[in-house]
Amino acid sequence: MLKIQNLRRQNHSPELTPLLSAASLEVADGSCITVTGSSGSGKSVFLRAIADLDPVAGQIFLDGTERNHIPAPLWRRRVAYVPAESGWWENRVGDHFSDPEQARSLTSLFDLSEDVFDWPIEQLSTGERQRLSLVRALVLNPRVLLLDEPTSGLDQGTSAKVERVLHERMNAGVSIVLVTHDASQRDRMASIHFGMAAGVLSRMEDHAP
Amino acid sequence: MNFITLDYLDIGLASLTIAVNAGLSIAMNLGLGQRLVISAGRMVAQLILIGLVLKALFSIASPFLTGAAIIIMILFAGREAMARQERRFRGWWSYGLGTGSMMAAGLIIMVFGLTTQISPDPWYDPRYAIPLMGMILGNTMNGVSIGLDRMISGMVERRASIEARLCLGEEAREAFRPVVRAALRAAFIPTINGMSAAGIVSLPGMMTGQILAGADPVEAVKYQIMIMFLIAGGTGIGSFVAIFFAQHRLTDARHRLRLDRLVST
Repeated sequence: MLKIQNLRRQNHSPELTPLLSAASLEVADGSCITVTGSSGSGKSVFLRAIADLDPVAGQIFLDGTERNHIPAPLWRRRVAYVPAESGWWENRVGDHFSDPEQARSLTSLFDLSEDVFDWPIEQLSTGERQRLSLVRALVLNPRVLLLDEPTSGLDQGTSAKVERVLHERMNAGVSIVLVTHDASQRDRMASIHFGMAAGVLSRMEDHAP
Repeated sequence: MNFITLDYLDIGLASLTIAVNAGLSIAMNLGLGQRLVISAGRMVAQLILIGLVLKALFSIASPFLTGAAIIIMILFAGREAMARQERRFRGWWSYGLGTGSMMAAGLIIMVFGLTTQISPDPWYDPRYAIPLMGMILGNTMNGVSIGLDRMISGMVERRASIEARLCLGEEAREAFRPVVRAALRAAFIPTINGMSAAGIVSLPGMMTGQILAGADPVEAVKYQIMIMFLIAGGTGIGSFVAIFFAQHRLTDARHRLRLDRLVST
């Protein structure tokens, strides 16, 4: 279980509105929570804070262990963050994967070409980059996935395939924090929804079924 | 040594070239005329001043005054290196990093050169110490400022890929490595180019100066070769120290990329 207590991040000047104010929530094993909100409201700040990419105040526990008791690289392998825009550092796609064998099985599920690993990075479309960065995180077999609009560049059919893989992971006990603009995806993926506005995270009323 | 001394008329004649340049600037509407004249004026004033200061320092030959002059040179070099950065560290780190690395490299190389190779008596004789430190600092400052600039801008430009690697569980040092390597290479290139061009494309200033002052060219070349080695060593040590500490400052115990510790100017 991922337990977040009073997570907050100040703006660069303390007089300004905080980037994130006192967010607390729990994500049970195998469940997904969604976060919606306009751009600039602090959704990415929130995911980055959980991934420990920025200095923040507050506490986060994974299965009862506070994250400062876990080395940061190990924490990020267990709590994998997939940002909306992915970063690449080698020329060849395949050089970005710790486990190419497992990655290969996932790429076929995501409608990616079989020889995508031999492609140069520049050849990838936005949607391909998006799926490959998700694959890259999935091969780490994380306990928690932090996903920032993972299907924004994908057509409906491919989105459904991504969602199917995410549901499989949830059935295996993985927790997901999902930032999405897509209301129907939100309802397909989760029953607990949060809204983010000006850095304040609040639980939204449940939708009628 | 015998050399031809200049009188003020000679200098006045040479300054006519600036007047030609200023005329060109006016004719072509470059808007550089005023700046050209001001910078030429600054150059004259600064050099006359330093000439007087050096003359006084040499005649007193006090270790404390020489040391003070060298410290002042290092502080100015640190300021200059900082001013050349497009983005820099917040607070004292910006000034401290450049100055500290140049001080470390400059002092090590200067003392090494003075005590084991040039060996004047006393070893801190300002006639040797100050010009030597000037040459080492000038080159080290180039290396340090180019290296730091490349390091910091590389981190900002490659933020997405560095953070992607951090997210995949790499340590900050691994994720930073391509940028650190590029920064170190950039810092070394002027020194390498300077050495390869020496004697063919350019006649190094110190050697030329000694020859004009009447020294035997072979003796002047020997001096220049030693200086080139010392300069290369100083640039290497200074850039390495600066980039090492910059890397340290750009991350923290949680292996984050701390771009919040930078400000753009």
